Amino acid sequence: MAIDFRNVTKTYPDGTAAVENFTLHVPSHTCTVLLGSSGCGKSTLLRMVNRMIDPSSGAVLIDDNDVATTEPVALRRRIGYVMQDSGLLPHRRVIDNIATVPRLTGASKADAHRRAQELMEIVGLDAALARRYPKQLSGGQQQRVGVARGLAADPNILLMDEPFGAVDPLVRVELQRELQRIQTDLRKTIIFVTHDIDEALTLGDQIVVLKKGGEVAQIGTPENIVEAPANDFVAQFLGLDSARRSLKAAPREGGGWLVSDGRGRPLGVVDSAPDQQHATD
Amino acid sequence: MEWILNNLPRITDLTVAHLLLALPAVAAAFLIAVPVAWAANRVRPLREVLVSGTGLLYAIPSLPLFIVLPIILGTGVRDTFNVIVALTIFGLALMVRSAADALDSVDSGVRLASTAMGYSPAKRFFSVELPLAGPALLAGLRVVSVSTISLVSVSAVLGVQSLGSLFTDGFERGIVPSIAAGILLTAVLALLLDLLLIAAGRVLMPWSPGGGR
Repeated sequence: MAIDFRNVTKTYPDGTAAVENFTLHVPSHTCTVLLGSSGCGKSTLLRMVNRMIDPSSGAVLIDDNDVATTEPVALRRRIGYVMQDSGLLPHRRVIDNIATVPRLTGASKADAHRRAQELMEIVGLDAALARRYPKQLSGGQQQRVGVARGLAADPNILLMDEPFGAVDPLVRVELQRELQRIQTDLRKTIIFVTHDIDEALTLGDQIVVLKKGGEVAQIGTPENIVEAPANDFVAQFLGLDSARRSLKAAPREGGGWLVSDGRGRPLGVVDSAPDQQHATD
Repeated sequence: MEWILNNLPRITDLTVAHLLLALPAVAAAFLIAVPVAWAANRVRPLREVLVSGTGLLYAIPSLPLFIVLPIILGTGVRDTFNVIVALTIFGLALMVRSAADALDSVDSGVRLASTAMGYSPAKRFFSVELPLAGPALLAGLRVVSVSTISLVSVSAVLGVQSLGSLFTDGFERGIVPSIAAGILLTAVLALLLDLLLIAAGRVLMPWSPGGGR
């Protein structure tokens, strides 16, 4: 299912504009990352898709149908939503949290639980955790439950609002890898909001770099953006102008290249230089 | 103690009468307070008016209220209904604020998540917000329960039978054990009801850190 933002604007009664005249095509079965710092309107844009926020003007379309014509509660039930701090219901056991949406749409408890058990396996959760309450789980496990819950109704669209923002870096990398694996199998249309550049480069098929007020700084694949940042803002945001991403390669003893960052910190080795690869292709 | 044993049938009757006055009032106060608190939180400008307004009800002296209410309600002074209504008013005075705070304390992230998943507003209230406000609601209810149990005794002055009657009778006839039993049994009853509420909380809210597991 493709999603289109058409000239979307959101102005609040006090006059602040969260988003101004934003247009974007999100292709089916791909992951689009909205990347920007806080206040860029990325979460506002995300919440327009499931009508948590209605735009002041413009429209959001899912497969060419304006979401404004769909009843919000019904719309939300067929769109997966995963948020930071997981937003799990503290008074429901893990299994019931995952089964929430199927239960809301009228699935029997037995069916919903069976589906929830499948999902626990998909997101890599031990079945023994099913009867626990969310507070008895680690942060990483809670986020996995959040992802499983987002997938429970088998939605075509998954909205993810900084879902891995609150877990420690190691767990975050692990969760990103799991999400990539899941996405390879399930091929959902994902909109993923983050302020973490590495996360965007890891997960995005398409990355939208946002300035304040939802102004688009650049849209492109991760390669596009790193290779040819459209402007200083993007370069700065990616850290391309800092030592971290300006890499240097030096010939390595015994062939190949040693790659280090701008500060001279060694990052790794390349067995053969790119031009040599081309030569052997 | 001997006095209590000798008067056991009368004490049992009075305990039952006491509960029949207190329990309906506690239940009514709770059932009225929750929707009032909900409304107070919904319409923010109303919040202080409703919450502080009902809180002020507690400032009404109890004895005059017991006497004035029958005039308003058209019941007799010794009518139990009169007493229950008065106790409900005092219960409300305590319960509205704690219910408003309890409903307000529900984590905004959880609210947002439940909306995003497709809970309708009504469903969200009953299956997410109300249960999550449970521990704080229970805390308020326990105060109301204890306060109501002790307030019931005041109605004995009007001649409505309750454990308070042990106190008034004992006082009039100079029977000290009767006075002592009246005070003691009221306290014991309040304590028992409190324990019952805690136990109910553990059963109904096994997820709450304070309740169970």
